[in-house]
Amino acid sequence: MNLTVRESLIAFRRAPLLSALSVTTIAFSLFVVGLFGLVAVNLQHALQDVAERVEIVAYLLPGTPIESITLAEKDIEAFPEVQSAAYVSEDSALARAHAELVEFRDVLQELERNPLPASIEVKLKPRFRDVDHVNEVADRLRGFGFVDDVRFGRDWVEKLDRLRGIAAAVGLVVGAAFAVVAIIIIGTTIRMAVLQRSREIAIMRLVGATNGFIRRPFLLQGAIKGMLGGLVAIGLSYGAYTLINRWLIHAAFFSKEQAVAIVGFGTLIGLFGSAASVGRHLRRV
Amino acid sequence: MIKFTNVFKAFPKGGLALKDVSFHIAKGEFVFLTGHSGAGKSTVLKLIYAEEPVTSGEVRVSGFNAAELRPRDVPMLRRRLGIVFQDFRLLEDRTAEENVAFALEVTGARRSSIPARVMRVLTQVGLAAKAQAYPRELSGGEQQRVAIARALVNEPTVLLADEPTGNLDERATRGVFQLLRDINASGTAVVMATHDLDLVRQAPYRVIELQEGALVYDSAVDEPREAASP
Repeated sequence: MNLTVRESLIAFRRAPLLSALSVTTIAFSLFVVGLFGLVAVNLQHALQDVAERVEIVAYLLPGTPIESITLAEKDIEAFPEVQSAAYVSEDSALARAHAELVEFRDVLQELERNPLPASIEVKLKPRFRDVDHVNEVADRLRGFGFVDDVRFGRDWVEKLDRLRGIAAAVGLVVGAAFAVVAIIIIGTTIRMAVLQRSREIAIMRLVGATNGFIRRPFLLQGAIKGMLGGLVAIGLSYGAYTLINRWLIHAAFFSKEQAVAIVGFGTLIGLFGSAASVGRHLRRV
Repeated sequence: MIKFTNVFKAFPKGGLALKDVSFHIAKGEFVFLTGHSGAGKSTVLKLIYAEEPVTSGEVRVSGFNAAELRPRDVPMLRRRLGIVFQDFRLLEDRTAEENVAFALEVTGARRSSIPARVMRVLTQVGLAAKAQAYPRELSGGEQQRVAIARALVNEPTVLLADEPTGNLDERATRGVFQLLRDINASGTAVVMATHDLDLVRQAPYRVIELQEGALVYDSAVDEPREAASP
């Protein structure tokens, strides 16, 4: 076995308690980051679901020929912001009202004439679901001669926009704070592991070990600890997620990429934390 | 081999640890470095193994000039030296054998050659039977022998010993000193810092005495005298 690998593993065997302690510390620090990440991920999903309902409805003047409508539908679908445009005829509007507005069924039944206008329902692509783009598309729809009115719940879209802004700001600030705390705690833990072996480092230097030789096992060890900590943190997060999912609300878990990113984050902190502590040591001794 | 020319060494907080020290130690010599605590013995050794930089003057050690030493040369210099301390400095969680092997491993020695070389030096210091013992299972004298074995395993040209008998009882002291003499007899230069004047008197070796950082007596240069100063 390679000497670096062997020396790194020896440290786990010789100081199992301290090693387990560092891995646990790293795991819980990353777990906190992970829990926050889960909240952020789920909040984002929820906002996306809500944004899914951003819809612009263009009501059409009665008697618009179906050919013009079909043509307009194609035109609208060609807008870069638009995901889909669907024609809803007067009859299907009434049928929908029957199905959805159960309380008014009697009233609807007694109608002699269908009062509901035909419409085109326009859905935007996810990244265009904000006030500015919605307004722009609405204006363009008003430009069609046979469009009577355009509705899109302006207040609601504005609120959604504000909510998204707040979520992003909070996510960034709190996420960064959690990450910094994790880095500090993990850095301290790694530093303790290095300090515990300061005597060994001094002896290694005395017998002519190069700095690189001394550094390598610590780097590998730090990276391994960070990685194990990251994996445990993912495990803990998954446990928390399962509990929340069963007892509280239906939630989403990290994507594979996000999970890998958390483990990678742990590995990097372990690596750089070790590099910093050992470096300080090699300069000082 | 080891040459000090007008060496000054300042303490970091001011004052001088060494004042204008000059001497030359030849290949295969045995030299006592004597003087009271704080006279500068350890400082001389530290300058030799490049633990500390020289303030002024020149220190040359087996082809290296301390003033021109780059950080990455330091390990190379130390591989030519063996260093032994009063407090042994063994790794407590490794056996005698592993402690000695460690010194070979860090220098990148061929793995297959290590066990034989380790056993050879352990035999040389008389500890072949205790190769598997941990430091805490060994007496002080035995621990110092392990430390000496570790210092020897890289076949150094000079063995530096900083009060190697300072922590040992009389019997262990005699044993370790005899071992150092044997090592010297086989061609390795030995520089031994000590304030044990009995040891110094016992042997016909060169004596360099320091007092408050200055070299006050060198038996290779000065008139012989009855004993080192009190």
